[in-house]
Amino acid sequence: MQEPLLDGITQTGVDRPEPILRAGNTNCGGCGMSIGLQMLSRAVADRTVQMVIPACCGIVTAGPFPHSAYGAPVVASTFASAAAVATGLAHVAKMNGEDTRVLCWAGDGGTYDIGMATISAAAERNEDILYICYDNEIYGNTGGQRSSATPMGAVTTTTASGKLEQKKDIVGIMAAHGIPYVATMSMAHPEDLFHKMRRALDMKGFRFLHMLSPCPTGWKSEPGEGINLVRQAVESGLYPVVEVFDGHRWVVNVDSALSQGALESYFAAQGRFGKTKIDLAEVSKAIHRNWRLLQMRAAFDTQKIS
Amino acid sequence: MKKLITANHAAGLAATLAGRANRKGRGFGGGVYPITPQTESIEFLSRQEIEKGSVVRVESEHSAMAVCIGMASNGARTFTASSSNGLAYMTENVITAAMYRLPIVMLAVNRTLGPPWNIWVDHNDTLLLRDSGWIQLYCEDNQEAFDSLLFAYRLSEDPRVLLPTMVCIDAFVLSHTLMETDIPEQDQVDGFLPPLQMQHRISDKPRTMGGLDFPHETEVHRGQMQDAMNRVFKVYEEHQKAFEKSFGRSIDGPVVPYRTEDAEVVIVSMGTLGATAKQAVDTARERGIKAGSLRVKMFRPFPEQQLVDALKGAKKIAVIDRDLSPGMGGILWSELRGAVRTADVVQSYLIGLGGGDVRPHHLVEIFDDLAERDRPEPSILKEVA
Ligand code: SF4
Repeated sequence: MQEPLLDGITQTGVDRPEPILRAGNTNCGGCGMSIGLQMLSRAVADRTVQMVIPACCGIVTAGPFPHSAYGAPVVASTFASAAAVATGLAHVAKMNGEDTRVLCWAGDGGTYDIGMATISAAAERNEDILYICYDNEIYGNTGGQRSSATPMGAVTTTTASGKLEQKKDIVGIMAAHGIPYVATMSMAHPEDLFHKMRRALDMKGFRFLHMLSPCPTGWKSEPGEGINLVRQAVESGLYPVVEVFDGHRWVVNVDSALSQGALESYFAAQGRFGKTKIDLAEVSKAIHRNWRLLQMRAAFDTQKIS
Repeated sequence: MKKLITANHAAGLAATLAGRANRKGRGFGGGVYPITPQTESIEFLSRQEIEKGSVVRVESEHSAMAVCIGMASNGARTFTASSSNGLAYMTENVITAAMYRLPIVMLAVNRTLGPPWNIWVDHNDTLLLRDSGWIQLYCEDNQEAFDSLLFAYRLSEDPRVLLPTMVCIDAFVLSHTLMETDIPEQDQVDGFLPPLQMQHRISDKPRTMGGLDFPHETEVHRGQMQDAMNRVFKVYEEHQKAFEKSFGRSIDGPVVPYRTEDAEVVIVSMGTLGATAKQAVDTARERGIKAGSLRVKMFRPFPEQQLVDALKGAKKIAVIDRDLSPGMGGILWSELRGAVRTADVVQSYLIGLGGGDVRPHHLVEIFDDLAERDRPEPSILKEVA
């Protein structure tokens, strides 16, 4: 943990005595979550954190009792409960004047699906929680079933001929709560990712970070290709890198070429799309629609209308 | 100070006093969510000013318990309340609270499970949770509800125990009924409930609460829970003495006998049925029946030895259950008949299901019915409504 990251751009200056993700974790090779946790470790540096991890891949990561691969205090919560358990931790920290950042580390199953009511409620109460969703677009822990984060066309163990429905718009949903901060993070753009983690760690109120998290096991992709895939997702416009302040001020952080080539490579490199006939023209249309909306939102200067 | 209050308000008041008593500790709080007939207890709590206290109005019972888990694992004293389907919905986190050995205290207002919807008393909701690892106390009146809540904190927070406690009261019969209740001063409660010290709370150290347990670790952890449950009996007795010292009145033990010394026929019950049983015993005695009543106050851990001792002389026992395990019968009966082998007859009666109003004469009829029997038959459903 001593080497300067990214030519020193994001060197923390203060290294944690222990990384948040320690050796001995059980993550699959090439898991995007591992990269996310390494980045988190850098971002957290010497801040005091307490983590809540629901029954996602992220808690299997810890390995069996009495060992834990987490170099930070962690409470494992039931699947739907991360944001509520974190609420409890955060209130006690506040009552005791402790500057502890309470953060949830949860997959898409625990966020988009079973935890939705809990997250929505914690956001509505504007609890002082940083919620990070590593979105592998699948129930990875249970062997790869569809979730509401699974993209249309993806083959999972419960959608043999490809998922029929669109991925849920979690950024729109969270932003609609009017919380202080919502952002998406690309691990192919580590400076941006790092700064967002930092910013979110030091803000108050409910902050929601979303990270597209390659899952070689579920995506049927090469473990070494994860970061490339995310880069292609960004370049193709499939995964916009944005942030939303107070639910209304939208900022596009990484411009996208909306590259057709990147889109083709993204789908071709993942076995989960192999068996279905993805209509790339349709996907393209949806991407363009989404970007027009994004650009309108970003251009809409809410400062001016009061 | 004596106050005329409902058991719901008594519970809210007990939680408030216990919460304030932890102001020098890591504070007090809990997640709260309304459900009939418990709502007034959390409304009451939400209106109180509690120094170093934080009550979170959450979106479900599932989250109410999750907030308690978060707060308790961070070292705070916690309270929530629920009932019926709320408890069923909360179940997953009820189990977690016990697995994590968190001394959470909950008011559980016994109400019939639905749908079809029925808001009246029935014990099936909390009995559904008998295997969750919680201590369960069932109360007879408002004073006992109030006292048991304070007592529950002392019991749960004892380092030899560290298990959550649910204090169960009958819907409406207690929850909405005004009774004169003796309320202590804050400093008396402070004396009885010192700040919570929880060795295994989460801190800034890299420790994981939860994670994975393989079979062997699970064996060890379950064994530890069972040992802690077994220690409850002795710890309970110790704290009974402390309770009396702090408040100048006694608190009942795990089983509460009434005229059982020479009793040949005994009714065993839980909750407010115990109060009705006492009246039935008096009537039966006037008619020359050597009747007695035994109320099971603590259902978990199951006070097997106390029951065996108290029922030594009984020839015939009627276990009256305000619950039904379909395909088995009365739940209290099914547990008790395995323990008590000295009686000739241990007969199960299901009575007051779904809130049917059980009167003393119904229980006198049970004494009469029992007199006629020389062997038990499957659970008898006695309709009273
Ligand atoms: S299944 Fe996917 S998300 Fe889970 S550990 Fe493996 S690669 Fe990571």
